[in-house]
Amino acid sequence: MTNWAPLDVLLWCILAHLVTSGVAIPIGRVSWARWPVYGASLLISGVACAYGLMHLIAQSSVAWETVLPLGLPWIGAHFRLDALSAFFLVVINLGGVAASLYGLGYGRHESAPERVLPFFPMFLAGMNLVLLAADAFTFLLSWESMSLASWALVMTHHQEEGNRKAGYVYIAMASFGTLALLLAFGLMAGPDGGYAFATMRADGAPSGLAGLVLGLALLGTGSKAGLVPLHVWLPLAHPAAPSHVSALMSGVMTKVAIYGFIRLAFDLLGPISWWWAVPVLIVGAVTAVLGVLSALMQNDIKRVLAYSTIENIGLIFVALGLALAFQGNGMTAAAAVAVTAALFHVLNHSLFKSLLFFGAGAVLTATGERAMENLGGLLNRMPTTGLLFLVGSVAISALPPLNGFASEWLMLQAILLSPELPQWALKLLIPAVGAMLALAAALAAACFVRAFGISFLGRPRSAAASNAHEVDRISIAAMSILAVLCLLAGIFPAIIIDAVAPAVQTIIGTRMPVQTDIAWLSIVPIAESRSSYNGLLVFIFIAASASLAVFAIHWLASAKLRRAPAWDCGFPDGSPATQYTADSFAQPLRRVLGGFAFRVHEEIHVPLPGNGSPARLIVTVHDLIWEWLYEPLIRLVNVLAERLNHLQFLTIRRYLSLVFGELIILLLILASWT
Amino acid sequence: MIDTSLIDGLSIQVSQMLLVLLLSPLLTGLVRKVKARILRRRGPPLLQSYRDLIRLVRKEAIVAESASWLFRIVPYIVFATTWVAAALVPTFATGLLFSWSADLIVIIALLGSARFFLALAGMDVGTSFGGIGSSREAMIATLAEPALMMIVFTLALVAGSTQLSTVAGIMLSPGVGLRVSIGMALVALVIVAIAENARMPVDNPATHLELTMVHEAMVLEYSGRHLALLELSSSLKLLLYFSLIACVFVPWSLAPAGAPLHVHLIGAAVYVAKLGVAGILLAVFESMIAKMRVFRVPDLLGAAFMLGFLGTLLLFVSRSL
Repeated sequence: MTNWAPLDVLLWCILAHLVTSGVAIPIGRVSWARWPVYGASLLISGVACAYGLMHLIAQSSVAWETVLPLGLPWIGAHFRLDALSAFFLVVINLGGVAASLYGLGYGRHESAPERVLPFFPMFLAGMNLVLLAADAFTFLLSWESMSLASWALVMTHHQEEGNRKAGYVYIAMASFGTLALLLAFGLMAGPDGGYAFATMRADGAPSGLAGLVLGLALLGTGSKAGLVPLHVWLPLAHPAAPSHVSALMSGVMTKVAIYGFIRLAFDLLGPISWWWAVPVLIVGAVTAVLGVLSALMQNDIKRVLAYSTIENIGLIFVALGLALAFQGNGMTAAAAVAVTAALFHVLNHSLFKSLLFFGAGAVLTATGERAMENLGGLLNRMPTTGLLFLVGSVAISALPPLNGFASEWLMLQAILLSPELPQWALKLLIPAVGAMLALAAALAAACFVRAFGISFLGRPRSAAASNAHEVDRISIAAMSILAVLCLLAGIFPAIIIDAVAPAVQTIIGTRMPVQTDIAWLSIVPIAESRSSYNGLLVFIFIAASASLAVFAIHWLASAKLRRAPAWDCGFPDGSPATQYTADSFAQPLRRVLGGFAFRVHEEIHVPLPGNGSPARLIVTVHDLIWEWLYEPLIRLVNVLAERLNHLQFLTIRRYLSLVFGELIILLLILASWT
Repeated sequence: MIDTSLIDGLSIQVSQMLLVLLLSPLLTGLVRKVKARILRRRGPPLLQSYRDLIRLVRKEAIVAESASWLFRIVPYIVFATTWVAAALVPTFATGLLFSWSADLIVIIALLGSARFFLALAGMDVGTSFGGIGSSREAMIATLAEPALMMIVFTLALVAGSTQLSTVAGIMLSPGVGLRVSIGMALVALVIVAIAENARMPVDNPATHLELTMVHEAMVLEYSGRHLALLELSSSLKLLLYFSLIACVFVPWSLAPAGAPLHVHLIGAAVYVAKLGVAGILLAVFESMIAKMRVFRVPDLLGAAFMLGFLGTLLLFVSRSL
């Protein structure tokens, strides 16, 4: 096999995915269909992941290229595999492996498998294709096939009204994003039609238009990644799909969008100007804080996870913005730290977000509930799922020694390098961004205390929750693999940083110093006197002191343990309804931060004495972005559509004159262009 | 051949770990004693906290019927993370063997881990008091953490490092002098320390059966050895914050790496004295001030955040001018 070029293998993998997808159509309804389909996706993703990893750790600067006679006749389909694509291939196919494995178990409960099985491999194929595409046409075609396949998966349970709305909003936003990307590539290609990435890379953006192209790229990739204010579709669409597809969409597809942004901004657009960082930093920081604040207000566990994806995308964009700022000023070492942090977080988020969506899927299987208000006490009934969900929660809350902390620590180190920047705008902006990053991290911890605490701890709030059972072994295996990877990436960050280095080298031109040579596998971004972190030692210290405490307690203390009713200050109440709920847990933060962000209004109606009716608390939360940005837009579109409606009823004469007029206008534009 | 600096570092590390563990109940005892004396009570003896711990450890632990396995593990996790964090803050010497394994950001995040698990434990039994404690703790922590991060930025800008031993070394050097931003960071750090340790005016460590309690509400269901560990952890946390303030803002007579034994002993003696002064100041402050309404706490922490932020901005301005 070694004489095969990795790029060929990867293209064959994509073809195999498409074949699987074709095979799944006729057998989709059969009860055993999930075994061959998910089994094949598992195998193919595994091979693709291995080849991506091989290319990445070979540390070679070789980029494999090929042109296939597909697509537009005078262009062909260009494919290219470099270290950046290889890194994202690893992330995406790792997610694909985990989701396929989970699908083997979870798919048993699927009511409409024929709507999932054909699109699942197609979705994987589309994402892989985006990463390998090396001309604008192939890129956009793959991008659209990825969007369409995921849209079909979102519409799996289209009988539910909410899912239909989710699908509608998703397809509208996806079209908008592709339009923005189309314009961006059109500007890059220029009038000569240089659609191949190699041509764009050599020419760079046309002078004066780089900012416009960057803005379009931010709109196009940001709408797929979920940047505020283009995020509205994400919390609707991601939870609507079956849970392993939600994991792919949240954990993996958003990463494809980030790849698109990195490819455009760092690779194709030519020399980087420092001011590009300003919009990216602002949008990233706002996305991070608003995303996690919205997550705190949600009651549906899958929507909490979807909003938390928005937060993590914001964090990644902040790191990319820092990298743009450093790179624009020629501070390549600092830019390498920032890009490494971004890519590390890309990997981390794909791991723990997939894990958490799998956990949510397990809860859904066991209880049929997504509303946290109806869960509770699941840790006693689903101990393994509970433990694995806890690992994911700790990781995503950026707590040491797990992986989320390692990448956020690197981000903060990159922020601490910002005083060296010469521009005042960045000097003043970056500390504020750092504060928002810290706020987002703290809110994320609160959000996942709430998500785990309300769903898995306490007493069951419904019969479904009290009758829950542990899920099947395959689902647990998929979750366990991800949880172990979260732990390993957290305690051996040096290995990840070195593995990512070739990708960083490709886009920045330099890399972080080699980390695995440092004693004890510490990570030292710049110099040891400045800052260093050792996940392994911190992990060993915590484990050792905890064991020491256990040992001392068992040696010294009374080993007696008695089970008794809860104390609750002497007034325990038997009803589980007296517990804190998801809404009451969020109340203090809603009151402190929600008034500003969501114009939260709380009204309390207490009946007069003697009146036996219950007291009521009415909470109104406004989604300001939807109300102020999208609703006027929707109204405008409706008005325009109504105005244009009479165009449907013209005579053939008028149609012909319309077509003629349009032709003339286009020809005039073309004539004045050159 | 054995490297002597390694042995020195290891012995300093181990003695610091034992020192913080042994001193922390005494510090809590001192604060309680001074508070009682200010109220003209005699107060419990200084060693009472040790006796309390021993008494708790000997009792049987009562666990609520609805509690899960997490409830019984959390005290160990909270204790371990707090102890590791406390062991990494230089107290009397900077030559800690493992100081390079974690910088200030890691220490803060370790305390965050402890808080995360404690908040979960508060929700585990499924009582309203546990929930109220966890939810308010989450609010306070959410507001305190950005403020803390701003303080870290300020220090990192002055010292060019987030490594505590380096920061302490630079604070000792004559070049730093008195700076407005460092003063702001100190005030901000004191406010954050008060909030994080559940002291007055944010939370009252001496109360029970009150809707205003935060930390005590989370540990309400704990008893016996579990409660002993949690009490020890909160004493350790108080000691950690005092050590942090001492190490960064008054790092005098901190023994440098490789110094002879008597310098270390002097360092230890001065450290104990610093703790004593800080404990007395805290007790006096707590006696002078009334408990704040819980929704006033954000204003206090917002002030800490603004001070930290202003400190950072001032440094940015003064650096380039």
